[in-house]
Parts: sequence; structure tokens; C-alpha cells
Amino acid sequence: MKLLIKNGRVVSPADRLDETLDVLVEDGRIVEVGSKVEAAADRVVDASRLVVAPGFIDMHVHLREPGFEEKETIRTGSRAAARGGFTSIACMPNTFPVNDNAGVTEFILSEAKRVGLVNILPIAAVTRGLKGEQLTDMADLAAAGAVAFSDDGQPVGSALLMRRAMDYGRLLRALIIDHCEEKSLTEDGVMNEGRASYLFGLRGMPAMAEEIMVSRDIILAEHLGARVHIAHLSVKGALPLVRAAKERGVAVTAEVTPHHLVLTDAACEGYDTRFKVNPPLRSAEDVAALTEAVREGLIDVFATDHAPYTAEDKELEFDRAPFGINGLETAVSLLLDRLVAAGVIPLNRLVEMMSVNPAALLGLERKGRVRPGADADLTLLNLAKETVVDAARFESKSRNTPFHGWKLKGLPVQTIVAGRVVYPFDE
Amino acid sequence: MEFHQKHLLGIEQLTDAEILAVLDTAESMAEISTREVKKVPTLRGKTILNLFFEASTRTRSSFELAAKRLSADIVNFSQSTSAVTKGESLRDTILTLEAMNPDALVIRHSASGAAHYLTTFCRSHVINAGDGQHEHPTQALLDAFTIRQEKKNFKGLKVVITGDILHSRVARSNMFCLQKLGAQVVLCGPPTLLPDEFRSFGPEVSHDFDLALEDADVVMMLRIQLERMQKSFFPSLREYRNLYCLTPERFKRAKKSAIIMHPGPINRGVEISADMADSAKSVILKQVENGVSVRMAVLYLLLGGKDREAAD
Repeated sequence: MKLLIKNGRVVSPADRLDETLDVLVEDGRIVEVGSKVEAAADRVVDASRLVVAPGFIDMHVHLREPGFEEKETIRTGSRAAARGGFTSIACMPNTFPVNDNAGVTEFILSEAKRVGLVNILPIAAVTRGLKGEQLTDMADLAAAGAVAFSDDGQPVGSALLMRRAMDYGRLLRALIIDHCEEKSLTEDGVMNEGRASYLFGLRGMPAMAEEIMVSRDIILAEHLGARVHIAHLSVKGALPLVRAAKERGVAVTAEVTPHHLVLTDAACEGYDTRFKVNPPLRSAEDVAALTEAVREGLIDVFATDHAPYTAEDKELEFDRAPFGINGLETAVSLLLDRLVAAGVIPLNRLVEMMSVNPAALLGLERKGRVRPGADADLTLLNLAKETVVDAARFESKSRNTPFHGWKLKGLPVQTIVAGRVVYPFDE
Repeated sequence: MEFHQKHLLGIEQLTDAEILAVLDTAESMAEISTREVKKVPTLRGKTILNLFFEASTRTRSSFELAAKRLSADIVNFSQSTSAVTKGESLRDTILTLEAMNPDALVIRHSASGAAHYLTTFCRSHVINAGDGQHEHPTQALLDAFTIRQEKKNFKGLKVVITGDILHSRVARSNMFCLQKLGAQVVLCGPPTLLPDEFRSFGPEVSHDFDLALEDADVVMMLRIQLERMQKSFFPSLREYRNLYCLTPERFKRAKKSAIIMHPGPINRGVEISADMADSAKSVILKQVENGVSVRMAVLYLLLGGKDREAAD
């Protein structure tokens, strides 16, 4: 099976490429990249006026299966990812049962294979049942296919246990992904603490809760020589901590979500639960600082924290609704419009943050690049096309997006996984 | 009359003219409550649902009496939020009740934004009778009415609101209301219960009750909840009392003509000493009395307006 992608603008920062080229794919791998590739192919994709990027990887997704299939399944989540331009997604372990043993990891991988659309990379729990009491069998989970470890949403509160996880994890060069939240400071909170929360009378989640945990994790990682990745960094005060740690050579990396870059806590006026998310939407000052950190290259990765919830889950008083924003099908357009088209970052930086860096962090050696030998995972973008976000057209089983109706410039138009066009869907 | 709202959700979105329209209407309503026959037919045929998802006696009874004095039919619905948690959602509960064709919904709920939330799917007029820690507009209106009774004018008045500002819907609504009417508002309490950001809403923020009281015209005390002590917002009732209890000695710092207000229920001997609560300077019971007139005015302006215009 040969696929030839012709005349695309290949943007692959890992290969120092940004030029119009053809890409030839055979048996799931890229075999040739060059101008005017002449080859008999089973299928030819005309990529004129399109960008051909190494496949986008979302390292922070909640797929809900097993256990919460009413919100999302591996199938619907895979379809949402494909439509959103992602060729690989890493799924968090807060399912039921929790992905804290090789059996669950294997189930996810076998279901992903059955669905056969995008690469699903399971993230295993740090502690059994996400209870923060006892470590999971990390080596066993890694052998089963877990690409990283996280107690996302139920962050490890005990410094001792986090120390042990990082220390023991060195055995595997494990990546620990931490949702940084000192829970004693955010108890009962439903939005960012600050002027807006005081105005709306909603209980606040202060920035210091995130900063304290970012600090703790950096200190532990530095002492132990471990790797830690800060999930959905959202506050200004965490940035100098990460910057200083990186300067000292600590193996710390950080991701931000699109929603933390384009929305502020003022959006909670009106008590619309689609804006309820954790970490909460922060102040305009935080958003400006985060944007600047993206621009200067301090932030490594864009990730969605795709958190699907049904209408019933979200149709509640603000206090009672669950935290989460549906992100897979809006992320790429939001970032292309608000960051690339707006001139905050060039396109190749976006590709680094959505493909090159997540591939490196998750140890995916054949991904994040467009060169012979690499996996033929490619994301094709149309930068000129305008789109209007329509939640009704989501492939995700849930529709909990605050971006419905937003007009955005630039969108993913084709998603290729292992040399097969998985989006537009073949049906 | 200058009042153009479909709902009464909070004071923040009202204009000063709208607030004054409520107060002026309440003046004429007050007279009805002093008659031998305390009832007028103004809202005959209107149905009001009094939805209390949080314990309340005075606000619920006040709305009930206000509706009855205007001849509206009012039905009380009380349910603790926790009971609702077990079964149907708030939305379903309200949709069920609204299917019985009420004209207005009066709602008290522990969640901030609950009244706003109702307006997203209800067709009735919604009146916020207190939503979580957000707003309690009729309390602020009755407080303003009481202040106007005593002081005639708002311009230049110094109003000191003291207590748990952070968690108080009464403080928020009063802060907006009194500032719109031209009064100077000083908020007072320990830093844990009064974040500095409140300055950005206009009032002065003080942590020193004695200083704040200097030359005050109105001293408004808020109920302090024991739960706040359990969560370490302040160390002990003893210490709170030492710093923020309104005592006769402290009250001397205010103007001679100053009045004492409290939205109730009172913790005697905690935020206010018993002799202060009962003193001649206290207008606490007048606040309760005025509550009925102000709520009559609100019901009339929301429900009676159209018919009145049609009759004209």
C-alpha cells in the first residue's frame, strides 16, 4: 500500500523543513520526502495549498472508557481526535476501573486497535485506584504499553509518595505528569479565586494552590534526577518557577491548553457550566503571561485536557457541575487562529509543541518528524479556510464546548495515521 | 415609573433610577400594611411560587405576606438542596413546577447563580431571594428603604458594613445598591473574610472596626457563622468579639445620629451586643417591617406593570 502526498508545504521543524515537497508513504512508514517524487502509488493526495505536518499528538485526553461510556468511548474519542487533526492521543487513567494495572492498559490498547483510527497511548495511574496511598506496578504497566504516569484530577497529595513515584520511576525513565493542585487550598472551589469570583459569589481556587505544587514537583524532580511534566499550567506565578528550574537543568516540562490561552475567568459571569474547568479559567493577567511564555518558548506542549461530559452532567447549578471542557475538535483551529494567524508564534513552533515535543516526551522515536523511516502519521492543515465551531457536528459523544459559534481561521483537513487517511472518514 | 426588568436577579444590573422606583413604590405599599384590611386586589389572579431550597423564615414569610396583601396566590415550596441532590435536578424540579403556570418564581438557593440559571429555561419572572454567596437584592432594597426613611438622603452618608463580607450576599447587594444611590460604603472585617480585591468594586476596605466607625451614619452588622471559625477564617468567637462586635463603647465613635442595622438572624453577643441590638438606635425590626413593603413593590413592578399600562 503506497500513498503519495503531493505538493504540500511540509513543515517539520525536527527535519528543518518548511518547503513544498512530496511525501511518499509505504507500509505505514515514510519512504521518501522530496520535490517531484515520481512513484506509482495506490492513492495520491493533492496537498496543494495545504500544510503537511508530522502528526499532532495530544498528550492529555480523557477517553472515559472503560466505565463512563455515556460520555465518550475509545471509538468516539478516536473519531473526535481524527477530526481534530490528532494522529495520537494519550489517555488519562481516571476510568472505571482505573488504569492502574496491566489488564486495563491492555484492554485500552486492544479496543484502540479494534477501532483502528488513531494511536491511543495509555497513561497509567501513579497510585492504585488514584487513591494516593500505594504505587502502581509501574514497570509492569510500562511493559504493557503505558507511556507515562499520572494521577490527573486526583493529584498525589503526599510529598513522600510523589518522591517515591519519581525515584522508583527512574528505573524506567518514567515521565510523571502532574496536575498541580494543593487540594487543601482549593477545597469546594469552583472557579479562579480573584475579583471575578468575589463578584459572582463563587468559591475560589487560588493560583497559589497550583504554584505550591509546581514548586514541590520541581524540588523533588531536581533532588531525584527524575522527569516531571506539569499538566495544563495555568497561572502566571508558575512560569518563573519552571523557567528557573529549566535553567538549572531540571527535567521539567510543561503544557498549556487552548482554553487557558483564549478564555478568562470573566467568562464565568452568567454561571454557564461550560466554562467550569479545572484548573479554572484564570485572570486576564495570567492569560497574557501564559501567552508570552508560549511566545518565548518556555512552554513545551499544547494539550487539550479533553474532558467530555454529557448534557445531563453539565446541566446543573455552577456549584454542582463537573469540571471539564471538550477539546479535541476545537484545539487546532483555536491555536491556528489565536496564536499563529495572530502572529504570536510561527507555524513551525506550533508543530513543535503539538508533535515534536510530545513525541519526545512520550518516547515515540519514529513520530514528530517527516523523514524516511518515520511513522507515516501526518496532519494536513488548511490555514486559509474559515470555520465556525458547531458542537452539533462533534464526533465526540459529548458537546461540552464553550467555543460553539466561534469563527476561526485555519483547520485540520486530513489526518493520516500509519499511511492511511483516517479523516475525512471513509464512509 | 422607571423600572424595565423582567427579573430581579441582583442589584448590580439595576440603575439608580430603577432602585429609586422600587423605593418610591414601596412608600405607597407601606400604607396598605397599616390599614385595618391589609389587602388590595392589584395582583388578583397572579400566581407566585415561593421556592426555598435553603432554610429561611423571614424572607419566605415576607414574600408570602407581600404576595397576599396584593391578592396574588402564593404557594410555598421548601426543599433542602440535599434532598434534591438525591433525585431530580433543579432544572427538572423547576420545569415541573412551572408547568403549573405560575407568573413568578421567587427562589432562594445555596448555589450562587441559581436565579440566573432559572432564567435560561423559565418563562416566568424570576426573583432572587438570595443565591449562595452572590446577591440578595430585596434585602438591599429594604435596607435602602429603611436608610432613606431615617436619613432622607443617601448623598454623603457613610455606611459601614462589618462582618463576613466574603461569604455575604447581603454585603454584595448592599455595596452595589448604596454606592449607586450615592452613599460612601466602608467594608470592614478580618482580612480572611474581606479580600483586598473588594476595593475594585468601589468601597473602602478596612480591617479596623474602631477606625471604620468614625463618623459613620449607618452601622450595618452581618451575622457571623460558626462554620467560618471551624474553617479557620478567624481563631475564636472570643477574638472575633474583641475585634468586631458592635458594643455601646465602640458605637460612640459613630455619629450621634447613627443607626444600627442587621439583616438577621442575630447572634447576640457575637457580632452585636444585646443592648445594641435592642437600643433606640437599632432599626432592625423596622427593616423586617419594611421588607414586606419593598417585596410588595418588587412584585407589583414585575407583575403588575403591563396590566397597569394596558388599563391606562
